[in-house]
Amino acid sequence: MTDASDTTPEDADVAVEENETVADERRRLHDIWVSGTEERMPFAHATDEGAQELLPREQDPALVLQQGIAVEDDYVEPIVAIDEERQIINIGPQHPSTHGVLRLQVELEGETVRRVKPIIGYLHTGMEKTAETLTYAQGSTNVTRMDYLSPFHNELAFSLTVEQLLGIDVPERADAIRVLMTELNRVASHLLSSATMGMDIGALSMMIYGWREREVVLDFFEKTTGLRMNHNYIRPGGVAADLPDGWEDDIVHLIKAVNDGVDEYEELLNENPIFLDRTIGVGVLTPQECMQFGISGPLARASGIDFDLRKVMPYSGIDKYDFDVPLGLHGDANDRYHVRIEEIRESLKIAEQIVESIPAGDYRSPDPKVTPPPRKRIDESMEALIHHFKIFTSGIEVPPGTAYQSVEGPRGEIGCHMVSKGGTKPWRMHWRAPSFAAVQSLPTMMTDTLIADLIAALASTDPVLGDVDR
Amino acid sequence: MTDETLPQENTEDIEVVAEREMTGVASIDALIEAFPDVTFTAHSYASSDVVYHMISVPVSHWVDITQAAFDAGFDTFVDLTAIDHFAEAPRFEVAVNIISMTEVQRIILTTRVPYDNPTVPTLTDVFVGANFYEREAYDLVGVVFEGHPDLTRILLPDDWVGHPLRKDYDIGAIPVEFKAGSADL
Repeated sequence: MTDASDTTPEDADVAVEENETVADERRRLHDIWVSGTEERMPFAHATDEGAQELLPREQDPALVLQQGIAVEDDYVEPIVAIDEERQIINIGPQHPSTHGVLRLQVELEGETVRRVKPIIGYLHTGMEKTAETLTYAQGSTNVTRMDYLSPFHNELAFSLTVEQLLGIDVPERADAIRVLMTELNRVASHLLSSATMGMDIGALSMMIYGWREREVVLDFFEKTTGLRMNHNYIRPGGVAADLPDGWEDDIVHLIKAVNDGVDEYEELLNENPIFLDRTIGVGVLTPQECMQFGISGPLARASGIDFDLRKVMPYSGIDKYDFDVPLGLHGDANDRYHVRIEEIRESLKIAEQIVESIPAGDYRSPDPKVTPPPRKRIDESMEALIHHFKIFTSGIEVPPGTAYQSVEGPRGEIGCHMVSKGGTKPWRMHWRAPSFAAVQSLPTMMTDTLIADLIAALASTDPVLGDVDR
Repeated sequence: MTDETLPQENTEDIEVVAEREMTGVASIDALIEAFPDVTFTAHSYASSDVVYHMISVPVSHWVDITQAAFDAGFDTFVDLTAIDHFAEAPRFEVAVNIISMTEVQRIILTTRVPYDNPTVPTLTDVFVGANFYEREAYDLVGVVFEGHPDLTRILLPDDWVGHPLRKDYDIGAIPVEFKAGSADL
C-alpha cells in the first residue's frame, strides 16, 4: 500500500478517465441509435428529471379543476403541508394493479394521497409513425394492436375514416356484421374490466368468472376471424369474411351464457358490503371535469353525462337497433361498475336483434377500388389477377383530404384523425385514444383520497396502456 | 433541413376552399358574428348523416376563437393534435376537436404555423384537458405551446433528440449484427 501523499495529480486524472471509460461503455450499451445522428447523446438520468419530476406544489397544473369529493380522513389532521412528513413513492410501471405499464408518482402523507403524477410512455412504439409507412389495406393490422382489448372498435374507426375519404358505402350486411362484432367486443372488454376491477379490490373470484364468460365471446371471435385478438377483420370496404355457418346458434348460446354470468356477478358483488365500501364515493369525477378532460364512454356516463356516440353520432347504422344508454348518478367507481354491467346487457340486446334482422347480401363493398375480385375470377381472368395483385401490393388509392371519424369504444370515443395527400398511404394518422384522456384525469380523481382508494379508482377507470402510449 | 429553402407565407392568409357553406348551426353562426374581421373557412364532411365542420383560424386568434366557441356551447374537449405538412408553406397544423353536447355538433378548429416559429398559444386555460395532448404534440411533432404549465416530453424519454412525427425524421432502424451463417466463417 502506498501513502496518500504518493499519489500524484496525474494518477488521479488517469483514475477519473478510467471511470469515464466505464461510463462511456455503459452509455454505448444503453443509448438508442437514431439513424442520421452521428453524435452520441449526452448521458441523462431519464428517470428522475424533466417530465419524470413531480413539479413544485404551487406549480402543479394537475389540480386546476378538482371538484370531486375529498377524503374524509378523520385520523389525519388537516395540517398545512410539512415537507418532512410527505414522501414520494412510485407505483408501477411494473405493478399488477396499474393495468400495464402505467407509472404513478404519488406524494403521500401517511396513507393519504396528496398528489399524483401519471408518467406514461413505457409502451410507446410509435404506431402513428408506423401507420404512415403502411398502406390503407395494411393499416387495420396496425391500429388493431393499439387498444388491444377493443380491436374491432379500432379497426372500425380506421375503416370508417378511410371510407369517408374514399366516399364509399358498405353493404348493409357488412354494417350489421360490424355492429355485431363491435358490440360483442364491448361485452368482452367490459367483462374483463369487471373481472380485473374485482381482483384489484380483493374480490378475487370475480377474476375467474369474468374471464370464464369472456372466453365464450373470444371463442366466437376465433371462429369468425381466426384469432382471439388483433383480428384485422373489419377492413376498408367491408369485412374480411362472412360470418361462419351456424353463427346464429353460437350467438344465442353466447347471449345466454353471458347473461347468466352477469346475473351471477351481480349476486356476488351488488350487495357485498366490502365491495360497496371499497367503491362508493371513490374516484369521483364531476360532469364538468369529464367535459374538460375529454372523458367519454362509461366514465362520463357514470357521472351522469347523457352522451353516447351510438345515439347522437351514429355509425354503421347502429341507430336502427333498439337499446338504452345506462347512466350513473355519482360518477364514482361503483356507478362505473353498474354502467358497464348494464352496457353488457344492452350490447347483448343489439346482438339479439342482429340475429333476427341481419340482411342477406354481400359482406364487402362492390367498389373495385377497395375490393379484390372474387377468387373464382382470378383463375379465369388475367385482369382479375392483376387487379388482386395491385390491391395487395400497391394498396388502395385514396384522394387527398382530411377526415375525422369516431366510434363509441368500450372506454369512450375512439377517433381517427387522418390526413391524406393522395397515394396509398396516409400522410398522418392521429389516434384519439380514450384511455389517454382517462389517465390525464387520474390526479383529479385520486388527490386527497386514501392509497387503497387509488387502486380502486384506477381499476374503475380501466385504462389500456397500449392505447395510452400507442 | 430542406424546409428553410421554402417560401414562408404569412400565417394570417390561409386560404382553404370552402366545400360547403356553414348553415343551420346556431353556435357556429354566433362564432362568425363575434369575429367579423376573421375569415372563417370551413369544410364539412358527411358520413352516415353526421356532419362536422373543420374551421381554419389564424394563429393570432387561436385562443380567442376557442374561448368563444367554448362560450357558445362547444364545451367538451375531445382531441388536440399536430400535423406536419412538410413542403407546404406554413408547415405545421394544429387541430383541436371540440363538441357541443347540447347541440350535438362537432367542430375541428385548425391553425397553421411556420417552420421557423412553430409556436401556438396554449389552450390549457380554456380546456384543462389540453395539457397532455399539447405535451404529446410537442413531443412528437415539435410544436411549442406558449404558456403551457409543464411543456415536457410525455411519450418519449427526456433525452430524446428530434420529433419523430415530423416528415423529415427518419423512420430509423437498429443495425443487426449477423454473427453466424456468413460465408467467411
